[in-house]
Amino acid sequence: MTERSERMRVAPVALRLGRFRDLTLVPVILVLLGAGAVVSPTFLTAENLINVMQQQTALALVVLAEALILITGKFDLSLESTVGLAPALAVMLVIPSSAGGFGIGLPTFLAIPLCLLIGALLGTVNGFLILRFQLSAFVVTLAMLIVVRGLQLGLTGGKSLFELPQSFLYLGSATWLGLPASIWITGALFAVGIVALGYFRLGRSLYAIGGNADAARAAGVRVERVVWGVFVIGGVLAALAGVLTTGWLGSISANQGNGWIFMVFAAAVIGGVSLDGGKGTVFGALTGVLVIGLVENILTLRGVPGEWKQLVYGVIILVALMISRLAGGKAQD
Amino acid sequence: MTDQRTAVEAVDVTKRFGATVALTRAGIRIAPGRTHALVGRNGAGKSTMVSILTGLARPDEGTVSFGGEPAPPLGDRDGWRRRVACVYQRSTIIPSLSVAENLFLNRQSDGGPIRWRGLRRRSQEILERYGVAVRADRLAGELTVEQRQLVEIARALSAGARFIILDEPTAQLDGPAIQRLFARMRALKEQGVTMLFISHHLNEVYEVCDDVTVFRDARHVLTTPVAELPHGDLVAAMTGDAVTLGERSDRAAPAPEVVLRTDELSLGGHYEDVSLEIHRGEVLGLAGSGSSGKVALAETLAGLRGAGRGTVSIDGVRLRPGDVAAALEAGLGFVPEDRNKEGFVPLLSLTENVTLPVTRRLGRYGAVSTARQRAYASRMIGELDIRASGPEQPVGELSGGNAQKAVMARALSNEPKALVVVDPTAGVDVRAKEALLGAIEDAARRGSGVLVVSDELDDLRVCDRVLVMFHGRVVRDLPRGWTDQELVALMEGVA
Repeated sequence: MTERSERMRVAPVALRLGRFRDLTLVPVILVLLGAGAVVSPTFLTAENLINVMQQQTALALVVLAEALILITGKFDLSLESTVGLAPALAVMLVIPSSAGGFGIGLPTFLAIPLCLLIGALLGTVNGFLILRFQLSAFVVTLAMLIVVRGLQLGLTGGKSLFELPQSFLYLGSATWLGLPASIWITGALFAVGIVALGYFRLGRSLYAIGGNADAARAAGVRVERVVWGVFVIGGVLAALAGVLTTGWLGSISANQGNGWIFMVFAAAVIGGVSLDGGKGTVFGALTGVLVIGLVENILTLRGVPGEWKQLVYGVIILVALMISRLAGGKAQD
Repeated sequence: MTDQRTAVEAVDVTKRFGATVALTRAGIRIAPGRTHALVGRNGAGKSTMVSILTGLARPDEGTVSFGGEPAPPLGDRDGWRRRVACVYQRSTIIPSLSVAENLFLNRQSDGGPIRWRGLRRRSQEILERYGVAVRADRLAGELTVEQRQLVEIARALSAGARFIILDEPTAQLDGPAIQRLFARMRALKEQGVTMLFISHHLNEVYEVCDDVTVFRDARHVLTTPVAELPHGDLVAAMTGDAVTLGERSDRAAPAPEVVLRTDELSLGGHYEDVSLEIHRGEVLGLAGSGSSGKVALAETLAGLRGAGRGTVSIDGVRLRPGDVAAALEAGLGFVPEDRNKEGFVPLLSLTENVTLPVTRRLGRYGAVSTARQRAYASRMIGELDIRASGPEQPVGELSGGNAQKAVMARALSNEPKALVVVDPTAGVDVRAKEALLGAIEDAARRGSGVLVVSDELDDLRVCDRVLVMFHGRVVRDLPRGWTDQELVALMEGVA
């Protein structure tokens, strides 16, 4: 009994550290900022840093989506295909056939709502297959990754879409109060995510489901409904990421989003989101994205040849993982 | 305690799952403030009754009432939570969340934002009120099994329920922790809490319960005050006929040849200088509490751990330390402590699981003859009376007792010279226990030397002699004829 009360007195220290588990990547980010400053004088300029953030916004939204899904204890590989198909299909519904569209002639202001709706539909299909058919999320979304990409390739004939309505490009290219609109949007959505998952019952239920679905059910959480909802939100966020990318690049290529999912998982896992579910935070996922973005930027400024980037990239992700593991002190699952 | 009102009652409940009937017009009636035991063999319908009493399953027929009022509809989780709480067999604590959040799972707030500080304070109050010495802001995953269970009990009570179901709460606790749990149960009873206690250990029923209800084959058999029911009658009610357990059946005296010996075996932090010999046809018991090092010793014999010092030899062949394949090759059969983790591959069929160690003998050049495999499996299924829909059923679908029999069948499959079994009857019902202990004795009759590593007195009763370990050392070699008190005292280190 004395031993136990001893431990109780010691606990607060460990706890206070535990509360900062989210911040384990902050030292990594500081090191990267320092390294960047050494590598190039332009690195620490406001212009460059805004540029880094702007480039990461679309990826960040997909990371946010994936983090929510991973915390719930599920998986979604198909998000990267949604980034491509949702804007492509939405745009094709509004542009004339001469520009590669269907020529249905829907009003152009519907393009963005349609895009988000398509994202929601893809999330609904994923949820349906996983929850109603009780299939493994990994396999379902792996198949959906291929199906959705294939649908885009088939519909566009593998071609890029160039003649896009101005309204569709606006969000990805506008500047609000001196910062790109996409940074405001992404920042706001992350803030909503942090508050929802940190301070609301519904958000906390994601952790309960990911930690132990039976326990969550016994506590009255409507597990299936929440999981399904998370897949739908994931699809919408991925579609929005597609809108931002499209606005930034000014066109939709047939492989928009292709290969993102590896970066998405890397960012989420570096940021402390567990692949087993129930662990991690939205803020952590955000720091993961920042690490990836800074590494990319430093490699570019350093003039690392494209052929070597991949390797350096992978190694740095591993190092970041090891640092966050040591700082966090806990074995990563 | 002659309160004749009713705290909880289930009447004429029938529940079917597909073709299986889990309960047939079964009922239970629990008087307020009493601790009521529900016992029965695996598959008797206890778990189904728990689901129905906690509102997780809807009875096909029959009714449930609390304090004379009908139970709330299934969707009204809060209504159920106010009336009944359950500490399930499988922990419903979420390890990645704090203790506070686990206490208030899905009721962290009334819809608005969660006030974490207030939540932690209220949690700490609850923990203190129920005497749980745990900080509310610790991660639940860092708690011991015992602490987690206490948190679950506190959670149950904090929701306002005055009726708690404890579903096999002692299964994962060691002796002292069980005693502390019992002390707590008695304290709760003083406060007027009604409890339904489920356990495979009948002595526990006699120790803490006032009344007992027996289920058998999906039906209610009897309900009576514990004090009026002798031990033998209780077992008879559970099994349908009287059985005497743990009497050593007739066996020839062990042969002089030594099949397994250890010489001054030591593993830092676990055990020290253990030298033992098991003879052909001998059943040797190895008893001790959870911290005695007996399981680590058994795992060393099986090659799962390498000893720091000393040697193990089987039939005169010295084993390479920490080499499972070598131990199997030398003729060792092993039943591990945690059958779910190390004992079987849940998705593989009974046949494949049972024949896993002997595939080499069932075919040539790495190929496995399915016909021989199946023949062998059918024989073992018959011998051990494994209840399954057929040899193709995955072991993961079997009940605890039958899964354990499959693990035993696997250990016996290579006709081991030495058989090491750890907790062979943990979590299995009386009948399965009998079959498993019978299998151990049969193995000895066929010439194996058996080491039974357990602290269950029933397991140790079939042994020819019992070595008692305490804090890593063998402290006594007891010949047959020991008394329960003597052995328990040695295991607890109070002799």
